Amino acid sequence: MPVWAELLIRVVAVLVAFLTLPLIIGQAEHKVMAHMQGRLGPMYAGAFHGWAQLVADGIKFVQKEDVTPREADRAVFRLAPIVSLLPYLLVLLVIPLGPHGLVAQPLDIGLFFVLAVVGIGVVSVLMAAWSSANKYALLGGLRAAAQLLGYELPFVLAAASVAMAAGSLSLSEIVRAWQPWWLLWQLPAMLIFFTAGLAEIRRPPFDMPIAESELVFGYMTEYTGLRFAFFLLAEYVGILVIAALTTVLFLGGWRGPFDDAHLGWLWTLLKIFAVAFVIIWIRVSYPRLREDQLQRLCWLVLVPLALAQLLLTAAVKLAL
Amino acid sequence: MSAIPGSGLAKGLAVTLKTMTKRAHTHQYPDVEPDLPPRSRGVIALLEENCTVCMLCARECPDWCIYIDSHKEEVIVPGAARPRQRNVLDRFAIDFSLCMYCGICIEACPFDALYWSPEFEYAEYDIRDLLHEKERLGEWVATVPAPPAHDPNGEPAKEETSAAKKAAAASPPPASPPPTG
Repeated sequence: MPVWAELLIRVVAVLVAFLTLPLIIGQAEHKVMAHMQGRLGPMYAGAFHGWAQLVADGIKFVQKEDVTPREADRAVFRLAPIVSLLPYLLVLLVIPLGPHGLVAQPLDIGLFFVLAVVGIGVVSVLMAAWSSANKYALLGGLRAAAQLLGYELPFVLAAASVAMAAGSLSLSEIVRAWQPWWLLWQLPAMLIFFTAGLAEIRRPPFDMPIAESELVFGYMTEYTGLRFAFFLLAEYVGILVIAALTTVLFLGGWRGPFDDAHLGWLWTLLKIFAVAFVIIWIRVSYPRLREDQLQRLCWLVLVPLALAQLLLTAAVKLAL
Repeated sequence: MSAIPGSGLAKGLAVTLKTMTKRAHTHQYPDVEPDLPPRSRGVIALLEENCTVCMLCARECPDWCIYIDSHKEEVIVPGAARPRQRNVLDRFAIDFSLCMYCGICIEACPFDALYWSPEFEYAEYDIRDLLHEKERLGEWVATVPAPPAHDPNGEPAKEETSAAKKAAAASPPPASPPPTG
C-alpha cells in the first residue's frame, strides 16, 4: 500500500471517529441523564427512542442566524470555536486503539503531545471570552482560565506518574507496559487524572465557567448557530478524549480478558464508553462546585496528592 | 457529616444509578391516553331530561358561568282538575372560559342533571368557542364514567340506611327490642 493511501485511511478513520463517537456519547448523555432523573429523554427524532436527536440539533444549529456582536473582535470571535475543537481532533490522532500500530499516528512523545495540545483549550476559552465584548463572557472566561491553569498541574503530574511507571512517553508503550496490579498502584493518580480531566473539559460539577444560572452561558454567551454547536461538540469530544486518555493511561487500553491481538480495539472502545458513562453519571449526581471550592480542591487536595503519588511511583519503581 | 469521608458522594451516585434502573415516570401523553383517576374534573356533562330549570346550579355558581333560559308550558293531565305547568329548558350553556371547575353546580343539582366527565381535550383557538351550549354539554354525557364502587370500609349511603330502616319498620318487630339511638 502506498504511503499516501495509508495516510488517507488513517486520517479518514480519525475523522470518522471524531464525528461519530462524540455523537454516540452525546446521545448516551441525553438518555442516561433522562433515566437517572426518571424521565425518558428524546423520543421523537428518528422515530426509535430519539436516536437522531443530535443530528436534528445539528441541522437546527446550521439553520440559525450566525450573529457576531458589533463590539466583538470579529476575527478572534470567529476563530475561537475552531480553536476549541481542533486540539481534541489532534489528540485523537495519537490515541492507540489496539496493538500492532492500530493508531493514526504513533508518536514517541505521545503523552507529552497530548498534554500540550489539550492545554490549548484555555487559549480558545480566553479568545472567546475577550473577543465577545460581554461581561458575562469575560467573567466566565477568566474563571475558565483560572480553573484550566490550576487543574493542568494535577493533570500533568498524574500523567507523569504513569509515564514514570511505564518508563515511556509513548501511549502505546504505556499500554504495553501496563500490568493489572497498576490499577491499585496508580489508583490515586487515576482518580486525580480523571477529576482534573473533568475540570479541563469544564464538565459538571466543574462547570463554574459556564454556570448558566449566574453567567448566562459563560464564554459561550454571545455565540449562536454553528459556532455555538462547535463549542458543544468540543464538549462531547472532550468527554471522548478524557475517557480515552484515562483508558489508555490507567485502565490498560486494549488489554482485555482475552484475544488482545484481534479484539484490542473492542476492549479500548468498551473502556472508553464505560469511563464516558461515569463522566455523565457524575454530571447527573453532583451539584456545581463554587469557585473557591473549585480552587481549593485543586491546590489543596489534588496537587499534594499527585505529588505524593509521584513519590510513591518513584519509590516502587526503584524498589523493583 | 458522615462517618466515612466520601460516603456522601457514593450515596449520590447510588441514588442516580438506582433511579436509572427504574421505569421513567414520563407519560407519553398525546401518543398514550392518560390514566386518569376516577372523579377527574375534565368537563361538565348535562343530562337534559333530568333538568327541571330550578336554577340552583346557576345561582350557586361562584363565577356565574351558567346561562339558563326557559319558558313555561301547560300540560293537561287527563283526570286532573287544572292543567299543570311545566318548565321547558330553552338554553343551558356553561362558559368554560369562566368556569373554575369547583363542581358546586354538580353538588347543587338536586335532580342529577349535571355530571363530571374526565374528557379534557376541548381546547379552542377562540375563547368564545369555550361556551358549550346544551347540545355540546349533552354530548359529554356519553363519556361520564360509572360511579366508583362504594368503599367497603366506608359508612353505608344515606339512601341505604333509610331504606333498611323503612324495611325494618314495615316488617313485624323481632322478639327482642331493637337497640335504641
